[in-house]
Amino acid sequence: MNHALNKFITARFKLDYDEFQLSVNLRLPNSGVTVLFGHSGSGKTTLLRCIAGLQQAQQSYLEINGSVWQDSDVGVFLPTHKRPLGYVFQEANLFSHLTVRENLNYGLKRINASDDTMKFYRIVDLLGIEHLMERMPERLSGGEKQRVAIARALVLSPEILLMDEPLASLDAKRKQEILPFLTRLNQELNIPVLYVTHSHQEVAQLADYLVVLEAGKVQASGFLSETLSRLDLSLSQDREATTVWNVIIVEHETDFHLTRVVFDGGSLSLPAIEAKIGTPLRVQIYARDVSIVLEVPRATSILNVLPATIMDIADGESGQSIVRLEVGNQPLLAHITRKSAVVLNLKIGKAVFVQIKGMSILN
Amino acid sequence: MLTSADFTTLILTFKVASLATIFMLLFGTPLAWWLARTRSKWRGIINTFVALPLVLPPTVLGFYLLILLGKNGIVGEFTTWLGIGTLPFTFAGLVVASVLYSMPFVVQPLQTAFSNIGEQPLEAAATLRASPIDTFFSVVIPQAKSGFLTATILGFAHTVGEFGVVLMVGGNIPDKTRVVSVQIYNHVEALEYSQAHWLAGGLLAFSFTVLLILYTVLKTTPHVK
Repeated sequence: MNHALNKFITARFKLDYDEFQLSVNLRLPNSGVTVLFGHSGSGKTTLLRCIAGLQQAQQSYLEINGSVWQDSDVGVFLPTHKRPLGYVFQEANLFSHLTVRENLNYGLKRINASDDTMKFYRIVDLLGIEHLMERMPERLSGGEKQRVAIARALVLSPEILLMDEPLASLDAKRKQEILPFLTRLNQELNIPVLYVTHSHQEVAQLADYLVVLEAGKVQASGFLSETLSRLDLSLSQDREATTVWNVIIVEHETDFHLTRVVFDGGSLSLPAIEAKIGTPLRVQIYARDVSIVLEVPRATSILNVLPATIMDIADGESGQSIVRLEVGNQPLLAHITRKSAVVLNLKIGKAVFVQIKGMSILN
Repeated sequence: MLTSADFTTLILTFKVASLATIFMLLFGTPLAWWLARTRSKWRGIINTFVALPLVLPPTVLGFYLLILLGKNGIVGEFTTWLGIGTLPFTFAGLVVASVLYSMPFVVQPLQTAFSNIGEQPLEAAATLRASPIDTFFSVVIPQAKSGFLTATILGFAHTVGEFGVVLMVGGNIPDKTRVVSVQIYNHVEALEYSQAHWLAGGLLAFSFTVLLILYTVLKTTPHVK
């Protein structure tokens, strides 16, 4: 089987409770990180549990990398323990009667894996849990527990890693402690991830592909920057509305403490970053930090002024206009006042310039 | 001091209680597991049957068992057809009656222990390639350890202490069905109070020790609803 051609997830589920219906039909790339985003009650966790086989749906079809895991039409249903997946629960859900090491070995003992000690210790190292191996779960902090839980799923080399709000039960500090691990994880291990969250921050930081769920239905499904900038979704209306660009470091301007990066459509100056030239970065630009001008300003303290084209305009809340632009091929969102939109006579197709006041680097 | 007849009843009591406890664990474990997890409408009625010996006078249970296991009872006819005769007034009959009588003391602690484990560890095990049976042995039993200890101790101790059912189903046959509690009764009837003291005192010490272990060492509450 040619895996390169079959790296897809096809998921169709129909589930009907008294108070909740789930009805999805998705085709997702099975590579990188796909985030299932939605508010509580949107069905994102239910969908993940269906994919894991932990929950049954009345009608279902699930195909991962070309093999069918379930198909209600022909009565096929692979039980959870026969699915080559990894699952990280919201609460770490470690076995309380086993040490960290025994927790990690629990799954390994049950698969016919060649003894890959190298890989085992690479994962232990990646998650920084080597000093915890002989402890009982009750003696771990919340963040440590979750790291062990992630390692426990990863050592099985799953075909897909399912994560159900793995950071939701942690405080902000612990979240920041784990997020870098998650980013490194999929850079280094190349295991596709399906990640459930309701956090904008985690979407911006982790997602390559984004599925937006609302009341059990798929509202949108597409690559991150396209989906984030869709004006028909509430994501673009939110105060935290952002766009995420992938850029590459090309120059360090040490005199000014700046780093210059390029992207598909121009270049940006960022506060100095300690990384080699050629390093890929992910930058997040808040829509509220983007302003629109008609001509290149002759004198401005803002460094990043780029030519852009207006692609779409929508009304936001309380006198706001939400503008979707394209800079080169990169979509960009701007939140401006409706008055400015009228004064500047902004129209779809118009060529303008954007000033970006600030951005944050996500990795 | 204890006579050799007393010792015989002690050994017999120990045999009955041990065998009954083994059977109660064998049948009670799957039953408790089912009761802890099922959403079946039968759950209520099965629970009631299991708990019945808690409130029923032992003589009532003994009476019905006698009829059921006797020559004209359904079970009695079946055992006769099997060629093993009828069970009343035999050692085997005593064990059968004990199992039924002490069952709630085994099933209820197990059921509580299983419910307390919850769904989460079972789901974690499934995502780590463990089949349901595998999960039962590698997760449920270790996590319900104190439930099993409580069930074993209570089941054993309660069987040792029974009287009414034993007398009805087992009778009072030396070497075959005469257990300690019946022997104490015999001593008292014969006005052998010092003999009765030895056995009764022994049983009292035994029960006290067992409960002390449960409440202090295991720190569990013998949970009987």
